[in-house]
Amino acid sequence: MRTTSTPRAGLGLRIATFLVVAFLYVPLLVMILYAFTTQTAAFTFPPPGLTTRWWSIALGNERMWEALRLSLVVAGVSTTASIVIGGLLAAAVYRARFAGRDALAFLVVLPIALPGIVTGIALRSTFAQLELGFSTWSLVVGHTTFCIVIVYNNVVARLRRMSPSLAEASSDLGASGWQTFRHVVMPNLATAVLAGAILAFALSFDEIIVTTFVAGQQQTLPIYIFSILFRPRQKPVVNVVALVAIAITFVPVLVAQLLTREEGGHVR
Amino acid sequence: MVVSEAPPRAASGPGRRVGAVLFRHPALRLALMLLPAVLWLGGLYIGSLGILLTYSLYRLQEFTGLVVRDVGLSTYALLWQPANREIVVRTVAMAASVTVACAVLAFPVAYYMARYATLRMRTLLYLVVIMPLWSSYLVRSIAWRAILAGEGLLPWVLDRLGLDGLLRLALQAPLVGGPSLVQSKLSLFIVFTYLWLPFMILPVHAALERVPGSLLEASADMGARPRTTFRRVVLPLAKPGVVAGSIFTFSLTLGDFILPQIFGTSEFFLGQMVYTQVGVAGNLPLGAAFTFVAMAIMLVYLGAARRAGAFEAL
Repeated sequence: MRTTSTPRAGLGLRIATFLVVAFLYVPLLVMILYAFTTQTAAFTFPPPGLTTRWWSIALGNERMWEALRLSLVVAGVSTTASIVIGGLLAAAVYRARFAGRDALAFLVVLPIALPGIVTGIALRSTFAQLELGFSTWSLVVGHTTFCIVIVYNNVVARLRRMSPSLAEASSDLGASGWQTFRHVVMPNLATAVLAGAILAFALSFDEIIVTTFVAGQQQTLPIYIFSILFRPRQKPVVNVVALVAIAITFVPVLVAQLLTREEGGHVR
Repeated sequence: MVVSEAPPRAASGPGRRVGAVLFRHPALRLALMLLPAVLWLGGLYIGSLGILLTYSLYRLQEFTGLVVRDVGLSTYALLWQPANREIVVRTVAMAASVTVACAVLAFPVAYYMARYATLRMRTLLYLVVIMPLWSSYLVRSIAWRAILAGEGLLPWVLDRLGLDGLLRLALQAPLVGGPSLVQSKLSLFIVFTYLWLPFMILPVHAALERVPGSLLEASADMGARPRTTFRRVVLPLAKPGVVAGSIFTFSLTLGDFILPQIFGTSEFFLGQMVYTQVGVAGNLPLGAAFTFVAMAIMLVYLGAARRAGAFEAL
Protein backbone atom coordinates (compact mmCIF):
# COMPACT_ATOMS: atom_id res chain seq x y z
CA MET A 1 0.00 0.00 0.00
CA ARG A 2 2.69 2.43 -1.01
CA THR A 3 2.07 5.50 -3.10
CA THR A 4 4.68 6.85 -5.47
CA SER A 5 5.35 9.80 -3.20
CA THR A 6 5.11 8.52 0.37
CA PRO A 7 2.75 10.91 2.12
CA ARG A 8 3.22 11.97 5.71
CA ALA A 9 0.94 10.47 8.32
CA GLY A 10 -1.47 12.76 10.10
CA LEU A 11 -0.70 13.75 13.68
CA GLY A 12 -3.64 11.77 15.02
CA LEU A 13 -2.47 8.55 13.36
CA ARG A 14 1.08 9.01 14.61
CA ILE A 15 -0.12 9.61 18.18
CA ALA A 16 -2.44 6.57 18.01
CA THR A 17 0.40 4.36 16.74
CA PHE A 18 2.68 5.59 19.50
CA LEU A 19 0.04 4.97 22.19
CA VAL A 20 -0.60 1.41 21.01
CA VAL A 21 3.12 0.64 21.00
CA ALA A 22 3.35 2.11 24.51
CA PHE A 23 0.40 -0.09 25.54
CA LEU A 24 2.45 -3.11 24.38
CA TYR A 25 5.63 -2.20 26.25
CA VAL A 26 4.84 -0.10 29.35
CA PRO A 27 3.68 -3.17 31.33
CA LEU A 28 7.08 -4.81 30.86
CA LEU A 29 8.87 -1.67 32.05
CA VAL A 30 6.59 -1.56 35.09
CA MET A 31 7.39 -5.19 35.81
CA ILE A 32 11.12 -4.48 35.74
CA LEU A 33 10.58 -1.59 38.16
CA TYR A 34 8.67 -3.79 40.62
CA ALA A 35 11.38 -6.44 40.65
CA PHE A 36 13.28 -3.89 42.75
CA THR A 37 10.60 -2.43 45.05
CA THR A 38 11.17 -2.59 48.82
CA GLN A 39 7.54 -3.52 49.50
CA THR A 40 6.84 -7.18 50.17
CA ALA A 41 3.06 -7.39 49.77
CA ALA A 42 1.86 -4.47 47.65
CA PHE A 43 2.59 -2.67 44.39
CA THR A 44 2.28 0.99 45.42
CA PHE A 45 3.13 3.55 42.75
CA PRO A 46 5.63 5.11 42.95
CA PRO A 47 7.62 2.38 44.80
CA PRO A 48 8.70 3.65 48.23
CA GLY A 49 12.26 2.40 47.73
CA LEU A 50 14.45 0.13 45.64
CA THR A 51 16.41 -2.99 46.60
CA THR A 52 18.11 -5.92 44.89
CA ARG A 53 17.41 -8.44 47.62
CA TRP A 54 14.56 -10.17 45.71
CA TRP A 55 17.12 -11.19 43.10
CA SER A 56 19.24 -13.12 45.58
CA ILE A 57 16.13 -14.71 47.12
CA ALA A 58 14.75 -15.75 43.71
CA LEU A 59 18.06 -16.95 42.27
CA GLY A 60 18.96 -18.80 45.48
CA ASN A 61 15.84 -20.94 45.25
CA GLU A 62 16.56 -24.57 44.37
CA ARG A 63 13.04 -25.20 43.00
CA MET A 64 13.41 -22.34 40.54
CA TRP A 65 16.53 -23.96 39.07
CA GLU A 66 14.87 -27.40 38.93
CA ALA A 67 11.91 -25.91 37.07
CA LEU A 68 14.23 -24.08 34.71
CA ARG A 69 16.16 -27.28 34.01
CA LEU A 70 12.97 -29.24 33.26
CA SER A 71 11.74 -26.48 30.94
CA LEU A 72 15.02 -26.47 29.03
CA VAL A 73 15.06 -30.27 28.66
CA VAL A 74 11.44 -30.43 27.49
CA ALA A 75 11.92 -27.54 25.06
CA GLY A 76 15.14 -29.08 23.70
CA VAL A 77 13.70 -32.55 23.09
CA SER A 78 10.38 -31.22 21.71
CA THR A 79 12.21 -28.90 19.34
CA THR A 80 14.41 -31.73 18.04
CA ALA A 81 11.36 -33.93 17.42
CA SER A 82 9.57 -31.01 15.72
CA ILE A 83 12.49 -30.38 13.38
CA VAL A 84 12.38 -33.99 12.18
CA ILE A 85 8.60 -34.28 11.90
CA GLY A 86 7.84 -30.73 10.72
CA GLY A 87 10.82 -30.48 8.37
CA LEU A 88 10.08 -33.76 6.60
CA LEU A 89 6.39 -32.91 6.36
CA ALA A 90 7.14 -29.48 4.86
CA ALA A 91 9.43 -31.00 2.22
CA ALA A 92 6.88 -33.69 1.36
CA VAL A 93 3.93 -31.32 1.16
CA TYR A 94 5.90 -28.89 -0.97
CA ARG A 95 7.32 -31.36 -3.49
CA ALA A 96 4.57 -33.87 -4.08
CA ARG A 97 0.87 -34.03 -4.82
CA PHE A 98 -0.77 -36.91 -3.02
CA ALA A 99 -4.15 -37.89 -1.62
CA GLY A 100 -4.83 -36.23 1.71
CA ARG A 101 -2.21 -33.52 1.19
CA ASP A 102 -4.59 -30.66 1.98
CA ALA A 103 -6.02 -32.55 4.95
CA LEU A 104 -2.50 -33.02 6.36
CA ALA A 105 -1.62 -29.35 5.81
CA PHE A 106 -4.78 -28.45 7.74
CA LEU A 107 -4.17 -31.03 10.45
CA VAL A 108 -0.72 -29.65 11.24
CA VAL A 109 -2.19 -26.20 12.06
CA LEU A 110 -5.05 -27.56 14.15
CA PRO A 111 -3.17 -27.79 17.50
CA ILE A 112 -2.59 -24.02 17.49
CA ALA A 113 -5.80 -23.00 15.67
CA LEU A 114 -7.97 -24.66 18.30
CA PRO A 115 -7.81 -23.34 21.88
CA GLY A 116 -4.77 -24.85 23.67
CA ILE A 117 -7.04 -26.35 26.26
CA VAL A 118 -8.40 -28.76 23.61
CA THR A 119 -4.96 -30.23 22.92
CA GLY A 120 -4.24 -30.37 26.64
CA ILE A 121 -7.34 -32.18 27.77
CA ALA A 122 -7.35 -34.48 24.70
CA LEU A 123 -3.82 -35.69 25.43
CA ARG A 124 -4.65 -35.99 29.11
CA SER A 125 -7.61 -38.26 28.38
CA THR A 126 -5.36 -40.39 26.19
CA PHE A 127 -2.85 -40.75 29.02
CA ALA A 128 -5.73 -41.59 31.38
CA GLN A 129 -7.15 -44.12 28.90
CA LEU A 130 -3.79 -45.82 28.37
CA GLU A 131 -3.06 -45.57 32.11
CA LEU A 132 0.24 -43.85 31.47
CA GLY A 133 1.68 -41.68 34.21
CA PHE A 134 3.02 -38.16 33.81
CA SER A 135 6.72 -37.70 33.18
CA THR A 136 9.16 -35.63 31.17
CA TRP A 137 7.91 -37.68 28.21
CA SER A 138 4.27 -36.71 28.64
CA LEU A 139 5.42 -33.08 28.56
CA VAL A 140 7.50 -33.73 25.45
CA VAL A 141 4.53 -35.36 23.70
CA GLY A 142 2.30 -32.40 24.54
CA HIS A 143 4.80 -29.77 23.45
CA THR A 144 5.87 -31.51 20.25
CA THR A 145 2.22 -31.60 19.14
CA PHE A 146 2.02 -27.81 18.94
CA CYS A 147 5.68 -27.18 17.99
CA ILE A 148 5.59 -29.20 14.73
CA VAL A 149 3.61 -26.46 12.99
CA ILE A 150 6.17 -23.79 13.88
CA VAL A 151 9.04 -25.57 12.11
CA TYR A 152 6.68 -26.62 9.31
CA ASN A 153 5.49 -23.04 8.66
CA ASN A 154 9.01 -21.64 8.52
CA VAL A 155 10.34 -24.32 6.18
CA VAL A 156 7.31 -24.18 3.86
CA ALA A 157 7.60 -20.38 3.62
CA ARG A 158 11.27 -20.69 2.62
CA LEU A 159 10.60 -23.47 0.09
CA ARG A 160 7.93 -21.32 -1.57
CA ARG A 161 10.44 -18.50 -1.97
CA MET A 162 13.18 -20.73 -3.36
CA SER A 163 13.33 -20.76 -7.13
CA PRO A 164 12.69 -24.28 -8.50
CA SER A 165 15.17 -23.55 -11.30
CA LEU A 166 17.96 -23.73 -8.72
CA ALA A 167 17.43 -27.43 -8.10
CA GLU A 168 16.88 -28.01 -11.83
CA ALA A 169 20.17 -26.31 -12.64
CA SER A 170 21.85 -28.58 -10.12
CA SER A 171 20.55 -31.76 -11.78
CA ASP A 172 21.32 -30.38 -15.25
CA LEU A 173 24.90 -30.04 -14.10
CA GLY A 174 24.90 -33.73 -13.20
CA ALA A 175 24.24 -33.73 -9.48
CA SER A 176 22.30 -36.66 -8.08
CA GLY A 177 19.08 -36.05 -6.17
CA TRP A 178 20.90 -36.49 -2.90
CA GLN A 179 23.72 -34.15 -3.93
CA THR A 180 21.22 -31.49 -4.97
CA PHE A 181 19.49 -31.79 -1.63
CA ARG A 182 22.74 -31.81 0.36
CA HIS A 183 24.57 -29.00 -1.45
CA VAL A 184 21.83 -26.78 -2.88
CA VAL A 185 18.54 -27.19 -1.02
CA MET A 186 19.87 -27.67 2.50
CA PRO A 187 22.13 -24.60 2.66
CA ASN A 188 19.16 -22.50 1.55
CA LEU A 189 16.84 -24.06 4.11
CA ALA A 190 19.28 -23.93 7.01
CA THR A 191 18.33 -20.50 8.37
CA ALA A 192 14.60 -21.26 8.04
CA VAL A 193 15.04 -24.48 10.01
CA LEU A 194 17.12 -22.62 12.60
CA ALA A 195 14.51 -19.86 12.93
CA GLY A 196 11.72 -22.42 13.20
CA ALA A 197 13.68 -24.32 15.83
CA ILE A 198 14.29 -21.19 17.93
CA LEU A 199 10.63 -20.20 17.78
CA ALA A 200 9.48 -23.72 18.61
CA PHE A 201 11.90 -23.73 21.54
CA ALA A 202 10.58 -20.39 22.80
CA LEU A 203 6.96 -21.50 22.44
CA SER A 204 7.63 -24.71 24.36
CA PHE A 205 9.66 -22.89 27.01
CA ASP A 206 6.81 -20.46 27.75
CA GLU A 207 3.80 -22.73 27.32
CA ILE A 208 1.48 -23.22 30.29
CA ILE A 209 -1.99 -24.21 29.01
CA VAL A 210 -1.23 -27.64 27.49
CA THR A 211 1.56 -28.08 30.04
CA THR A 212 -0.87 -27.88 32.97
CA PHE A 213 -2.77 -30.90 31.66
CA VAL A 214 0.20 -33.15 30.92
CA ALA A 215 2.59 -32.20 33.75
CA GLY A 216 1.13 -34.09 36.71
CA GLN A 217 3.15 -32.98 39.76
CA GLN A 218 6.12 -31.73 37.71
CA GLN A 219 6.92 -28.03 37.56
CA THR A 220 8.16 -26.34 34.42
CA LEU A 221 9.29 -22.73 34.82
CA PRO A 222 5.89 -21.20 33.87
CA ILE A 223 4.10 -23.60 36.22
CA TYR A 224 6.56 -22.71 38.99
CA ILE A 225 5.92 -18.99 38.37
CA PHE A 226 2.17 -19.58 38.51
CA SER A 227 2.52 -21.56 41.73
CA ILE A 228 4.30 -18.70 43.56
CA LEU A 229 2.00 -16.03 42.09
CA PHE A 230 -0.54 -16.05 44.91
CA ARG A 231 1.86 -16.08 47.84
CA PRO A 232 1.02 -13.04 49.94
CA ARG A 233 4.65 -12.28 50.89
CA GLN A 234 7.72 -11.64 48.71
CA LYS A 235 5.59 -10.53 45.75
CA PRO A 236 8.57 -9.01 43.84
CA VAL A 237 10.21 -12.49 43.66
CA VAL A 238 7.64 -13.42 40.99
CA ASN A 239 8.72 -10.43 38.91
CA VAL A 240 12.37 -11.48 39.16
CA VAL A 241 11.69 -15.06 38.00
CA ALA A 242 9.40 -13.72 35.26
CA LEU A 243 12.19 -11.47 34.00
CA VAL A 244 14.61 -14.41 34.00
CA ALA A 245 12.10 -16.40 31.90
CA ILE A 246 11.64 -13.60 29.39
CA ALA A 247 15.37 -12.85 29.15
CA ILE A 248 16.23 -16.44 28.18
CA THR A 249 14.19 -16.39 24.98
CA PHE A 250 14.41 -12.71 24.00
CA VAL A 251 17.70 -12.60 22.05
CA PRO A 252 17.27 -15.97 20.25
CA VAL A 253 13.75 -15.00 19.14
CA LEU A 254 15.02 -11.65 17.88
CA VAL A 255 17.65 -13.53 15.83
CA ALA A 256 14.99 -15.88 14.47
CA GLN A 257 12.83 -12.95 13.38
CA LEU A 258 15.73 -11.30 11.58
CA LEU A 259 16.58 -14.57 9.81
CA THR A 260 13.10 -14.88 8.32
CA ARG A 261 12.14 -11.23 8.01
CA GLU A 262 11.30 -11.27 4.29
CA GLU A 263 8.92 -14.16 4.84
CA GLY A 264 6.97 -12.19 7.44
CA GLY A 265 3.24 -11.87 7.49
CA HIS A 266 2.48 -15.33 8.79
CA VAL A 267 1.23 -15.31 12.35
CA ARG A 268 3.04 -18.06 14.25
CA MET B 1 20.73 -17.83 -2.23
CA VAL B 2 23.56 -19.92 -0.88
CA VAL B 3 25.24 -22.60 -2.92
CA SER B 4 28.11 -24.36 -1.21
CA GLU B 5 31.18 -24.43 -3.41
CA ALA B 6 32.46 -27.46 -5.31
CA PRO B 7 30.11 -30.38 -4.66
CA PRO B 8 32.29 -33.45 -4.13
CA ARG B 9 32.48 -36.27 -6.66
CA ALA B 10 29.99 -39.05 -6.19
CA ALA B 11 31.24 -40.94 -3.19
CA SER B 12 30.29 -44.49 -2.37
CA GLY B 13 29.19 -45.43 1.11
CA PRO B 14 26.18 -46.87 2.91
CA GLY B 15 24.58 -43.44 3.39
CA ARG B 16 24.93 -42.68 -0.27
CA ARG B 17 23.50 -46.03 -1.30
CA VAL B 18 20.41 -45.45 0.87
CA GLY B 19 20.10 -42.02 -0.70
CA ALA B 20 20.31 -43.52 -4.18
CA VAL B 21 17.63 -46.13 -3.43
CA LEU B 22 15.33 -43.45 -2.06
CA PHE B 23 16.00 -41.25 -5.07
CA ARG B 24 14.98 -44.05 -7.45
CA HIS B 25 11.77 -44.77 -5.49
CA PRO B 26 9.99 -41.45 -4.99
CA ALA B 27 6.86 -43.11 -3.55
CA LEU B 28 8.89 -44.86 -0.87
CA ARG B 29 10.73 -41.64 -0.09
CA LEU B 30 7.47 -39.70 0.16
CA ALA B 31 5.97 -42.33 2.46
CA LEU B 32 9.00 -42.20 4.76
CA MET B 33 8.91 -38.41 4.88
CA LEU B 34 5.22 -38.38 5.74
CA LEU B 35 5.27 -41.24 8.22
CA PRO B 36 6.29 -39.32 11.40
CA ALA B 37 3.74 -36.53 10.84
CA VAL B 38 0.96 -38.97 9.94
CA LEU B 39 1.65 -41.07 13.04
CA TRP B 40 1.87 -38.05 15.31
CA LEU B 41 -0.94 -35.85 14.00
CA GLY B 42 -3.21 -38.42 12.41
CA GLY B 43 -2.67 -41.10 15.06
CA LEU B 44 -1.83 -39.50 18.37
CA TYR B 45 -3.56 -36.12 17.98
CA ILE B 46 -6.73 -37.17 16.16
CA GLY B 47 -6.83 -40.32 18.29
CA SER B 48 -6.71 -38.17 21.41
CA LEU B 49 -9.55 -36.00 20.17
CA GLY B 50 -11.50 -39.21 19.58
CA ILE B 51 -10.81 -40.42 23.11
CA LEU B 52 -11.86 -36.99 24.41
CA LEU B 53 -15.12 -37.32 22.48
CA THR B 54 -15.68 -40.74 24.05
CA TYR B 55 -15.10 -39.33 27.53
CA SER B 56 -17.66 -36.58 26.92
CA LEU B 57 -20.23 -39.33 26.29
CA TYR B 58 -19.43 -41.00 29.64
CA ARG B 59 -20.81 -39.59 32.87
CA LEU B 60 -19.78 -39.14 36.47
CA GLN B 61 -21.52 -41.24 39.11
CA GLU B 62 -22.45 -38.53 41.62
CA PHE B 63 -22.16 -40.52 44.87
CA THR B 64 -18.93 -42.38 44.14
CA GLY B 65 -17.29 -39.68 42.03
CA LEU B 66 -16.21 -42.36 39.56
CA VAL B 67 -16.51 -42.18 35.80
CA VAL B 68 -19.23 -44.51 34.52
CA ARG B 69 -18.33 -45.78 31.05
CA ASP B 70 -21.84 -45.87 29.59
CA VAL B 71 -22.24 -44.03 26.33
CA GLY B 72 -24.99 -41.40 26.44
CA LEU B 73 -25.75 -37.72 26.26
CA SER B 74 -26.45 -37.14 29.97
CA THR B 75 -23.26 -35.09 30.45
CA TYR B 76 -24.16 -32.82 27.54
CA ALA B 77 -27.61 -32.35 29.13
CA LEU B 78 -25.83 -30.83 32.15
CA LEU B 79 -24.57 -28.04 29.89
CA TRP B 80 -28.16 -26.79 29.65
CA GLN B 81 -28.28 -26.01 33.35
CA PRO B 82 -28.59 -22.21 33.69
CA ALA B 83 -25.26 -21.85 35.55
CA ASN B 84 -23.37 -23.70 32.81
CA ARG B 85 -25.16 -21.85 30.02
CA GLU B 86 -24.20 -18.57 31.67
CA ILE B 87 -20.54 -19.60 31.63
CA VAL B 88 -20.68 -20.16 27.87
CA VAL B 89 -22.49 -16.87 27.22
CA ARG B 90 -20.10 -14.93 29.50
CA THR B 91 -17.05 -16.41 27.78
CA VAL B 92 -18.33 -15.74 24.26
CA ALA B 93 -19.22 -12.15 25.25
CA MET B 94 -15.71 -11.62 26.63
CA ALA B 95 -14.11 -13.14 23.52
CA ALA B 96 -16.24 -10.91 21.28
CA SER B 97 -15.48 -7.69 23.22
CA VAL B 98 -11.75 -8.47 23.30
CA THR B 99 -11.83 -9.13 19.55
CA VAL B 100 -13.51 -5.77 18.84
CA ALA B 101 -11.06 -3.91 21.10
CA CYS B 102 -8.09 -5.60 19.41
CA ALA B 103 -9.42 -4.69 15.95
CA VAL B 104 -9.85 -1.03 16.94
CA LEU B 105 -6.39 -0.78 18.52
CA ALA B 106 -4.67 -2.76 15.75
CA PHE B 107 -5.92 -0.58 12.94
CA PRO B 108 -3.86 2.61 13.44
CA VAL B 109 -0.58 0.69 13.88
CA ALA B 110 -1.25 -1.58 10.90
CA TYR B 111 -2.33 1.36 8.74
CA TYR B 112 0.67 3.45 9.69
CA MET B 113 3.04 0.53 9.01
CA ALA B 114 1.49 -0.27 5.63
CA ARG B 115 1.04 3.24 4.27
CA TYR B 116 3.44 5.69 5.86
CA ALA B 117 6.38 4.04 7.61
CA THR B 118 9.80 4.07 5.96
CA LEU B 119 11.42 0.69 5.38
CA ARG B 120 13.53 1.02 8.54
CA MET B 121 10.57 2.13 10.61
CA ARG B 122 8.44 -0.70 9.23
CA THR B 123 11.05 -3.31 10.16
CA LEU B 124 11.33 -1.81 13.63
CA LEU B 125 7.57 -1.74 14.17
CA TYR B 126 7.30 -5.29 12.83
CA LEU B 127 9.79 -6.47 15.46
CA VAL B 128 8.08 -4.38 18.16
CA VAL B 129 4.78 -6.07 17.35
CA ILE B 130 6.05 -9.61 16.88
CA MET B 131 8.41 -9.87 19.88
CA PRO B 132 5.58 -10.00 22.48
CA LEU B 133 4.05 -12.93 20.57
CA TRP B 134 7.08 -15.01 21.39
CA SER B 135 7.57 -13.84 24.97
CA SER B 136 5.97 -15.66 27.84
CA TYR B 137 2.24 -15.10 27.94
CA LEU B 138 2.22 -15.69 31.69
CA VAL B 139 4.97 -13.13 32.26
CA ARG B 140 3.13 -10.56 30.16
CA SER B 141 -0.05 -11.02 32.18
CA ILE B 142 1.78 -10.85 35.50
CA ALA B 143 3.21 -7.50 34.40
CA TRP B 144 -0.28 -6.01 34.75
CA ARG B 145 -0.61 -6.84 38.44
CA ALA B 146 1.47 -3.83 39.46
CA ILE B 147 -0.44 -1.53 37.09
CA LEU B 148 -3.93 -2.57 38.18
CA ALA B 149 -3.17 -2.94 41.92
CA GLY B 150 -5.25 -0.81 44.30
CA GLU B 151 -2.44 1.71 44.78
CA GLY B 152 -0.76 0.82 41.48
CA LEU B 153 0.16 2.82 38.40
CA LEU B 154 -3.25 3.09 36.70
CA PRO B 155 -5.16 4.35 39.77
CA TRP B 156 -2.25 6.76 40.41
CA VAL B 157 -2.42 8.15 36.87
CA LEU B 158 -6.22 8.46 36.96
CA ASP B 159 -5.96 10.20 40.33
CA ARG B 160 -3.48 12.75 38.94
CA LEU B 161 -5.80 13.37 36.00
CA GLY B 162 -8.74 13.83 38.34
CA LEU B 163 -10.47 10.80 36.83
CA ASP B 164 -10.53 8.58 39.95
CA GLY B 165 -14.31 9.06 40.15
CA LEU B 166 -14.59 7.43 36.73
CA LEU B 167 -12.74 4.36 37.99
CA ARG B 168 -15.03 4.05 41.04
CA LEU B 169 -18.04 4.36 38.73
CA ALA B 170 -16.71 1.64 36.41
CA LEU B 171 -16.13 -0.74 39.32
CA GLN B 172 -19.73 -0.30 40.47
CA ALA B 173 -21.11 -0.90 36.97
CA PRO B 174 -22.99 -4.22 36.71
CA LEU B 175 -21.22 -5.94 33.80
CA VAL B 176 -17.64 -4.68 34.00
CA GLY B 177 -17.25 -4.04 37.74
CA GLY B 178 -16.01 -5.97 40.74
CA PRO B 179 -14.82 -5.48 44.32
CA SER B 180 -11.47 -4.02 43.20
CA LEU B 181 -9.77 -3.20 39.92
CA VAL B 182 -7.79 -6.45 39.85
CA GLN B 183 -10.95 -8.38 40.74
CA SER B 184 -13.09 -6.83 38.01
CA LYS B 185 -14.07 -7.99 34.53
CA LEU B 186 -12.71 -4.67 33.29
CA SER B 187 -9.14 -5.66 34.17
CA LEU B 188 -9.61 -9.12 32.65
CA PHE B 189 -10.78 -7.44 29.46
CA ILE B 190 -7.82 -5.02 29.43
CA VAL B 191 -5.22 -7.75 29.91
CA PHE B 192 -6.80 -10.11 27.35
CA THR B 193 -6.76 -7.24 24.83
CA TYR B 194 -3.14 -6.51 25.65
CA LEU B 195 -2.12 -10.16 25.29
CA TRP B 196 -3.75 -10.86 21.92
CA LEU B 197 -3.30 -7.47 20.23
CA PRO B 198 -0.21 -8.48 18.17
CA PHE B 199 -2.18 -11.41 16.71
CA MET B 200 -4.54 -8.82 15.23
CA ILE B 201 -1.98 -6.23 14.08
CA LEU B 202 -0.01 -8.66 11.89
CA PRO B 203 -2.82 -9.96 9.62
CA VAL B 204 -4.43 -6.50 9.36
CA HIS B 205 -1.05 -5.11 8.30
CA ALA B 206 -0.60 -7.94 5.80
CA ALA B 207 -4.02 -7.19 4.28
CA LEU B 208 -3.38 -3.43 4.10
CA GLU B 209 0.06 -3.91 2.57
CA ARG B 210 -1.54 -5.60 -0.42
CA VAL B 211 -3.67 -2.53 -1.19
CA PRO B 212 -1.90 -0.63 -3.98
CA GLY B 213 -1.40 3.07 -3.28
CA SER B 214 -2.70 3.83 -6.77
CA LEU B 215 -6.10 2.56 -5.68
CA LEU B 216 -6.31 5.26 -3.02
CA GLU B 217 -5.07 7.88 -5.48
CA ALA B 218 -7.68 6.78 -7.99
CA SER B 219 -10.36 7.16 -5.35
CA ALA B 220 -9.13 10.66 -4.54
CA ASP B 221 -8.85 11.56 -8.25
CA MET B 222 -12.46 10.64 -8.72
CA GLY B 223 -13.39 13.12 -6.05
CA ALA B 224 -13.74 10.99 -2.91
CA ARG B 225 -12.78 12.76 0.28
CA PRO B 226 -10.18 10.96 2.49
CA ARG B 227 -12.92 9.88 4.88
CA THR B 228 -14.93 8.35 2.04
CA THR B 229 -11.86 6.59 0.60
CA PHE B 230 -11.12 5.16 4.02
CA ARG B 231 -14.66 3.92 4.57
CA ARG B 232 -15.38 2.65 1.06
CA VAL B 233 -11.95 1.43 -0.08
CA VAL B 234 -9.55 0.81 2.83
CA LEU B 235 -11.96 -0.76 5.34
CA PRO B 236 -13.47 -3.35 2.95
CA LEU B 237 -9.99 -4.40 1.84
CA ALA B 238 -8.79 -4.67 5.45
CA LYS B 239 -11.73 -6.86 6.43
CA PRO B 240 -10.16 -10.26 5.58
CA GLY B 241 -7.16 -9.30 7.76
CA VAL B 242 -9.39 -8.31 10.66
CA VAL B 243 -11.33 -11.57 10.37
CA ALA B 244 -8.08 -13.57 10.21
CA GLY B 245 -6.80 -11.83 13.35
CA SER B 246 -10.11 -12.36 15.10
CA ILE B 247 -9.68 -16.13 14.76
CA PHE B 248 -6.73 -15.87 17.13
CA THR B 249 -8.19 -13.29 19.54
CA PHE B 250 -11.45 -15.22 19.75
CA SER B 251 -9.98 -18.71 20.06
CA LEU B 252 -7.34 -17.70 22.60
CA THR B 253 -9.88 -15.96 24.87
CA LEU B 254 -12.31 -18.84 24.57
CA GLY B 255 -9.99 -21.47 25.99
CA ASP B 256 -7.95 -19.50 28.48
CA PHE B 257 -8.04 -20.59 32.12
CA ILE B 258 -4.92 -18.88 33.48
CA LEU B 259 -5.88 -15.21 33.21
CA PRO B 260 -9.32 -15.51 34.89
CA GLN B 261 -7.47 -16.91 37.91
CA ILE B 262 -5.23 -13.84 38.15
CA PHE B 263 -7.75 -11.14 37.19
CA GLY B 264 -11.51 -10.82 37.26
CA THR B 265 -14.41 -11.75 39.51
CA SER B 266 -15.16 -15.17 40.99
CA GLU B 267 -17.49 -15.90 38.07
CA PHE B 268 -16.21 -18.76 35.94
CA PHE B 269 -15.14 -18.75 32.30
CA LEU B 270 -15.27 -21.74 29.98
CA GLY B 271 -11.60 -22.65 30.11
CA GLN B 272 -11.61 -22.33 33.90
CA MET B 273 -14.59 -24.66 34.09
CA VAL B 274 -12.77 -27.30 32.01
CA TYR B 275 -9.67 -26.92 34.17
CA THR B 276 -11.64 -27.20 37.43
CA GLN B 277 -13.71 -30.18 36.27
CA VAL B 278 -10.65 -32.08 35.06
CA GLY B 279 -8.04 -31.05 37.59
CA VAL B 280 -9.96 -30.49 40.83
CA ALA B 281 -13.34 -32.24 40.54
CA GLY B 282 -12.02 -35.25 38.62
CA ASN B 283 -15.00 -34.96 36.27
CA LEU B 284 -13.32 -35.62 32.94
CA PRO B 285 -16.67 -36.20 31.13
CA LEU B 286 -18.03 -32.74 31.99
CA GLY B 287 -14.67 -31.11 31.21
CA ALA B 288 -14.64 -32.91 27.86
CA ALA B 289 -18.21 -31.81 27.09
CA PHE B 290 -17.29 -28.19 27.80
CA THR B 291 -14.25 -28.54 25.55
CA PHE B 292 -16.48 -29.66 22.71
CA VAL B 293 -18.65 -26.59 23.23
CA ALA B 294 -15.52 -24.47 22.74
CA MET B 295 -14.56 -26.52 19.67
CA ALA B 296 -18.06 -26.25 18.20
CA ILE B 297 -18.05 -22.47 18.65
CA MET B 298 -14.62 -22.26 17.01
CA LEU B 299 -15.66 -24.46 14.07
CA VAL B 300 -18.71 -22.28 13.42
CA TYR B 301 -16.46 -19.24 13.68
CA LEU B 302 -13.86 -20.72 11.32
CA GLY B 303 -16.58 -21.53 8.81
CA ALA B 304 -17.83 -17.94 8.89
CA ALA B 305 -14.25 -16.61 8.67
CA ARG B 306 -13.59 -18.78 5.65
CA ARG B 307 -16.59 -17.32 3.87
CA ALA B 308 -15.28 -13.83 4.69
CA GLY B 309 -12.04 -14.69 2.89
CA ALA B 310 -9.89 -14.76 6.01
CA PHE B 311 -7.89 -17.83 5.05
CA GLU B 312 -6.32 -16.07 2.10
CA ALA B 313 -5.19 -13.30 4.49
CA LEU B 314 -3.45 -15.60 6.97
